[in-house]
Amino acid sequence: MADELPPLITDEMRAQIGKESAPTTMEVDKTAIRMFARSVGHTDPIYYDEAAAKAAGYRGLVAPPGYLGTPVFNPDAASRRGGGGMFGGPEPSRPLRRILNGGTEIEYLNDICAGDVLTATTHVANYEETKGSLGEMLITTSKTVYKNQDGKVVAISTGTGIRY
Amino acid sequence: MALKVGDKHEQVVIETVNRTHIVKYAGASGDFNPLHHDEGAAQKMAGYPSVFAHGMLSMGLTGRALTDWLGVTALKKYGVRFTKQVWPGDTLTAQLEVTKVEDGLATIKVVTVNQNGESVVEGEAVAAVS
Repeated sequence: MADELPPLITDEMRAQIGKESAPTTMEVDKTAIRMFARSVGHTDPIYYDEAAAKAAGYRGLVAPPGYLGTPVFNPDAASRRGGGGMFGGPEPSRPLRRILNGGTEIEYLNDICAGDVLTATTHVANYEETKGSLGEMLITTSKTVYKNQDGKVVAISTGTGIRY
Repeated sequence: MALKVGDKHEQVVIETVNRTHIVKYAGASGDFNPLHHDEGAAQKMAGYPSVFAHGMLSMGLTGRALTDWLGVTALKKYGVRFTKQVWPGDTLTAQLEVTKVEDGLATIKVVTVNQNGESVVEGEAVAAVS
């Protein structure tokens, strides 16, 4: 074992756990659905053709798995870093150079279709530090709740960010 | 759709990943982390041999195998871990298997492997069954 170093997780980071971010508006629009579906190779017309989506019983083009809307760009907020997310928020006690997405889980609670406007709020659920095959690692678990224009929760996504 | 334990579905979800695939996903998802499109940044910032695909691209590609098999409405939960990075040149195959059917919900083991049989995505999906 190498010399013991102080923990990566700081008091400031611990204080961040559970704090809700400011809401982000995510638009689910037709062009973005088509682009996303195309980028992952979907061929089902419910992602491209409104008539086909409606014939299949949807309100509009269907959001493919992994697509939860496109954030609406806010030039006033662009320079501020969000408090939540897998890699945002306060920095660890030592800088870590590399980041990886460790995993994502999406729970779908209601249909998401073109025309929907989602409001997403994120918080850090947990920080964990560990030593693995990649050396010392900081693992951040963040949770994002997506509500639609009717206030219904449509999806909950849990992300695992790895910094090492 | 009717599913029973042991039912399987296998699908090649992308052949020979190239930088265009990765950039298309960057544009569609809005994830412009330079590690995924800037060769110099990937090498200098992190010491990687080249750019690599977004984990979420592998998740999206694998999601296609799920919805092609089960239908998008059926999907209730979809969670994965990214077990290995995906590099230009890789070909990915999704391997899905029903491990449990209970109360109208099927649990599906999700594994996506590269051309060497190494898993790049491992996880689980839950789908409604008729």
